[in-house]
Parts: sequence; C-alpha cells; structure tokens
Amino acid sequence: MKHIIAVLLENEPGALSRVVGLFSARGYNIESLTVAPTEDPSLSRMTIQTAGSDEVIEQITKHLNRLIEVVKVVDLTEGAYTERELMMVKVRAVGKEREEMKRMADIFRGRIIDVTEKSYTIELTGDQSKNDAFLEAIERGAILETVRTGSSGIGRGERILRV
Amino acid sequence: MVRRKNQCAYGFGFKFQRDSTSVCEGAPKVFRQRNSQRLNMEISKAEITSAVAATTSAKGQATTGKAPAATSKDQELRGAEILIKALQAEGVKYVWGYPGGAVLHIYDALYKQDTIQHILVRHEQAAVHAADGYARATGDVGVALVTSGPGATNAVTGIATAYMDSIPMVIVTGQVPTQAIGLDAFQECDTVGITRPVVKHNFLIKDVRDLAETMKKAFHIARSGRPGPVVVDIPKDVSFKKVHYAGYPATVEMRSYNPVRKGHGGQIRKALALLLAAKRPYIYTGGGVVLSNASAELRTLVDMMGCPCTNTLMGLGAYPASDRKFLGMLGMHGTVEANNAMQHCDVLLAVGARFDDRVIGNPKHFAQNERKIIHIDIDPSSISKRVKVDIPIVGDVKDVLTEMIAMIKEGSTKPDVGSLAPWWDTIEGWRKGECLKYDHGKNDVIKPQYVIETLGNMTKGVDTYITSDVGQHQMWAAQYFRFDEPRRWINSGGLGTMGVGIPYAMGIKMARPQSEVFCITGDGSVQMCIQELSTCLQYNTPIKIISLNNRYLGMVRQWQEVEYEGRYSHSYMDALPNFVKLAEAYGHVGMLIERAQDVEPALREARKLKDRTVFMDFRTDPTENVFPMVRAGSGITEMLLGSEDL
Repeated sequence: MKHIIAVLLENEPGALSRVVGLFSARGYNIESLTVAPTEDPSLSRMTIQTAGSDEVIEQITKHLNRLIEVVKVVDLTEGAYTERELMMVKVRAVGKEREEMKRMADIFRGRIIDVTEKSYTIELTGDQSKNDAFLEAIERGAILETVRTGSSGIGRGERILRV
Repeated sequence: MVRRKNQCAYGFGFKFQRDSTSVCEGAPKVFRQRNSQRLNMEISKAEITSAVAATTSAKGQATTGKAPAATSKDQELRGAEILIKALQAEGVKYVWGYPGGAVLHIYDALYKQDTIQHILVRHEQAAVHAADGYARATGDVGVALVTSGPGATNAVTGIATAYMDSIPMVIVTGQVPTQAIGLDAFQECDTVGITRPVVKHNFLIKDVRDLAETMKKAFHIARSGRPGPVVVDIPKDVSFKKVHYAGYPATVEMRSYNPVRKGHGGQIRKALALLLAAKRPYIYTGGGVVLSNASAELRTLVDMMGCPCTNTLMGLGAYPASDRKFLGMLGMHGTVEANNAMQHCDVLLAVGARFDDRVIGNPKHFAQNERKIIHIDIDPSSISKRVKVDIPIVGDVKDVLTEMIAMIKEGSTKPDVGSLAPWWDTIEGWRKGECLKYDHGKNDVIKPQYVIETLGNMTKGVDTYITSDVGQHQMWAAQYFRFDEPRRWINSGGLGTMGVGIPYAMGIKMARPQSEVFCITGDGSVQMCIQELSTCLQYNTPIKIISLNNRYLGMVRQWQEVEYEGRYSHSYMDALPNFVKLAEAYGHVGMLIERAQDVEPALREARKLKDRTVFMDFRTDPTENVFPMVRAGSGITEMLLGSEDL
C-alpha cells in the first residue's frame, strides 16, 4: 500500500544520505522523495513516498526515528492529508496539435509556461494520479520530456508537524 | 592424530625457562622500553605514572608538567589539544590507535600529556577491537584513534563489529585537510560515507570551533539509548588550527535525540498481569541486559517468578549458569531444554534480545505455537521486527525491570511458584536428555569440549574474563564454560568477526591487570589478528591464548559435512605455522598439547605464568562437531543431537 511519510530533520550535510542509505540498506522502496529547508533554515522537511505492508511501514518509521538527525516522523496516510506534485511536460506542438495541447492543458488546469514554434512546456500541479492521468490523456508520441518533483505532503487542518 | 615423538608432553618445559629471563627482567610494568620509539627513560616513567594517574583520577583532569597549561579556562588551543582535553573530560584512560599523516597533530598532543595512555597496536582493526573489548568488559566508552584513508578502512571491520553488538565506542579518524577533501588526496577516503551504515552516528568536523561540542555529542550518543559506535572524522587542518577554548561543555542538548529510559507504566502493568497468569512462563534475555547492567534485577525477577530463564550468546552471564532455573543458551547451538521451552511456553518475556535468526531459527516454525510475547527493549525498531509482539515495552532494561519488581512487591497478585510445577516437570524431562554430553573418546585424542570444561572447572570463582573468536570454539566456549557473571564472556555475536579474540583479550587485560584473561580461539581465527601478540609484549598485557587447533575451519567444515555431503571445499588449513615457535618469536611462551591427559596440567602451568602471554596450541579432534545444531531454515526444536543424526 502507498504511504506518504513526512520527516523533519536537521538541515545538515549528510542527513539526506543517511535517510537514503537506510532505505537501500534495509531493502525498502522509495517511490519519490522531496526535500527542502523549512522557514527555520536549521530544519529540512522531507516527504517520502513509499510502499509496503503495515509491518514494513512500521519498521521504516521506527528506523527513520532512530537516525540521530531526524527530529520527527509522521505517516501522513494514517490521517487526512493533502498531497501535491509539480510536473513539467514538454510536448510537441505543431499544426493542429497546438490547439489540442492547449485544450488538454486547460482541462487539467495546467499552464503553458514556455512556447516555441514546435513545442509547449506545460506546468501541472496535483496529486500524482492527476499528473499520471494527464500523461495518459495526451498522445504518447507527443511527449518530448517529463520532469516531476515527487509528492510533497501536509496534514489537513489541525494535523501539524513542527518542532 | 599423530603425535610428534621428539617433543615433550606439552612442549614448553625448558624453552620457557630460557625466555623468562630475557623478557621479564627490568621491563617496566606498563611500558616496554626496548620496543619503544620513545627512547628516553623519563618518558617511559611518565607513561607509567600516566596509567596510575588515569586510574586514580577518573575525571581525567589534566595534570601539570608538559601538558598545556590547564589552569585557566580561557585560552588559545589547537584542535588536537582540545580533542585531548575532551577525552580527559570524558574520563578516557586508554586510547588504542595507530599514527599516520592526518593524525600527527593529535599524536603530538598525546605526547605532551600524561593522563591518557595510548596503546600502539599493529593493525587498525585491532585498535578498534581492543577498545571494543575494553568497553564490553568495563561498560565504559572504548576509544580508538586511527589515521585517514587506509587507517579508517582498516578500522571498518572493528566498527561494524561494535555496531552489531551495540557497544559504546568513539572512533577518532584523521582526515586530509579540509581544502583537500574531494580532490583524491593522498590517503583520502570518504570516511563518513564508508562508515555510515555501521555506526550509530558519525561526524565530520570542518571547523575547529565545533570540536569540543561535537566530542561531547559523540560520547553522549555512544553511551546513551541503545549504545553504539560513533565516528568523529577530524581533518588535519582542524586539529592544527588554534582557537579560543572556553572549556568542555558540561551538558549537551539535542532536539533530535532524546532516548527514552523509563518504560510505559501501563504497559509494564499489563505485561506483569500476563506473566503472573502464565502456566508456562519463560524469560529470554540478550545482550541488552548486559549492556544495561541489569543482571541483578534480572536475577531478582527470575527468583520471584520461579520460572525458567535462558540467555542468548550475547547475554551469557546475565543469569548464572550454575542456577537450576537457567536452561542454558538457546538458538542454533542452544540446549534442547532452552529451545523447547522457547517453542512451548505460553508467555515469553524477551528482555534486551532481538529474536535474531540464530536464536529463533525459522520464524514460520516459531510462529506455529501460540504464545504471548512481551518484549522489553530500548530500541523500538527491535520490537516486532522478526516476530509479532503482544506487549511492547520501550525503555531501558534496568529501569523497566526495576519497576516490574516494585510492582510485584506492591501488587496484590503474587507469583505462584507452585503452579509452575507441571511446567518444570516437562523441562526436567527435556533436561534428562543431557544434550551437551559428549563422547570423551577412547584414545587420548583431545576433545575440544573437554579443554573448555577443564578451564571452566579450574577457574570457578576466579576473577576471569573469556574472549573468543568466531567458529566452533566460540560455540563450545559458550556451551561448556558456564558463565556466572555478566561482562565475563566477550565475543562477536552479531557480526561474527574472526580475529577479535586476541585484541579483545589485550584490551581487557589493560583495564583489568589483576584478572585472568583467556582467549579461546581456533587455528583459523587466531591468524586473523595474530600480529597483536607483539602489542601484548610491548604493553605487558599477559593473556592466555587457548587455541583449539583442529587444522580445519571447523564451523565451515561442519556445515559442509551437514549441508554439502562432505565436500570440504577450502576449509582445510594446510601449512599451519608452528604456533609454539611463533609465540616464542613474539617473545611469549608457546605450548603444544597433544594428549588429553596433558590438558589439565598444561592449563595449570600456563596459569602459573602470570606475567607472560602463553599461546597454548591444543591439537583437538578434527572430526568433532558442535551439537545440538539447528540447520539453517529449520525450526529451533528440530535439532541434530549428534553425529548419528547426520
């Protein structure tokens, strides 16, 4: 099952590699991982998307907590949460494709952020399934390049993760 | 085996006489002048006083003399000097190490002080093992110091060994100067990167101003929570730079690291209710009880409960082997009664143990029988890792057991020892099989078990430490020595590192010069760190090496016999050295023992040579196997009991 784990950790060199090393050393999956400093520059916030049985997820959170630089760990999927991913897709846009691509971008509430004679670059945000759906919806051969940030997650309402 | 006719019974006799004069005479107690690079006598005296001073002033305050002025707190100091001050403030008495380019400033600072004794090993791996052995025996943090590059990579095996057994250690590694990092400099390696998976934590100090606080953190992390090794990587320029030093921090605050000590009261109460209602309770304890110094509490609890108890390989000695309630070690080479009780108990109390694959065998087989499991461990990630636990209790073993005992004393339900009679009857039935009984053999070939048993009987009640390497001899030592006290059985259980025996023994002998320290080893393992015989001579750490020499990598040979139809692929050690001569070449005493009737007199003789390291080469039965044995993938009750089961 898919899980989204949010981690607050010290913003120190090597902290990221400890997290990544833990996943590879113990054979856990990372489907995506995003990390950046928070409003407090001494702290980084990480969102890890992973998959596994309940036992595996329990071990993952326990091992993350065991890392000295990790301050807090929350499995967002245990409660209500919001997840967003930014995706940029460069698509071929010539002839009547130009019109169609524009329309598809509008339907998915994407924005065209770069235009050339032959291509559009479309920016989309949403949860991963929405971004997946967009890629499914347009013609495969028209996709020139895709870049996705991976999910960032935050708890809903009163669910707050901070020090 | 064929006995060499021209050698006397246990060939030491006259050789020992001749050597004793040349080696012992005039040698200072701690420091051997002749082998030293520091040639003037004054320094050797300083070295001696340093050991004395270190033992008397546990706080390790800097003394006068050549040490940098320590009176004023506000002063300019080099990084290396701050490091020494940090070690002194942490009460470090011994540092095992090996110098090299990147740590020369640190070695210079070591030279100028006299409270910490440095022990120069012959290989960095042994430096870490020796400090690790010291930590296991004393409970203090073990400290090792090595240089960058190969110094650090050689130390990795030692660090991983300590990590797997959760031993508190601080390993200081030199690093190339900060401006050279990443440029493939001479003797550069990414020490923090290489050691990351085998340390509790590690640091690279890039600014000398962070040094004191980082050392404080390193020691704090190493000894608190679930202990473990911490690596501190110090670039050469950091150890050279001068900085204003305002004293060593008294406390350390880390928002991201606050290990729990106290267990959850409600959980403990629930656990106790379950335990008191059990018809077939069983207490299974591991290295955590030893690490937490909770042996007294464990004994109290077991006595109150009147229930059987078993220890893992790492936990031996936590409960006295001579007590009837002790069922012996459990696991792959555990006793029938210990393993059967594990399978058939109805409530299992696991304390500071981690249900490792060598302990519970096949987890599916283990889960076939229903039982409630209570698990006390300081590390939540050890709980429900391999088996599902009903009542987890996260906390320090000592704290939790103390609270449990208090609850029994105050509570209304008292343990009903009498109700356990049927359970004890079953256990006694298993016990009757005497699974550790072995065939003494018709001729005078030496059975390895007999050597251990003889040593055990001979040292009953004596202040003794036993270290071992890894293999058959390790299992025989664990099965037949019968440990009654914790921290007396020192071995590499988790990583299973061959070669730890001699360094462990010399590390312990350093801290416990009055105790008898034996290293039980085999002809394979002992050769993995045999160069340390040289260190033993230089620092006068007389240990007794009991090598069970069967000319085979015995445990490998045993598995090949059991699992590979006797295809002994590369497990025979051809061209073994003459260990007696080798010991003599290192300045020690060598003995060759080939007949069963010589075992006891030889051990007696070796123990008499109190100030000599003695290498005892016991030629043991090469066909002997360790039984009982649980084959890989089998359940813990599916045991092979002897060669007839093969």
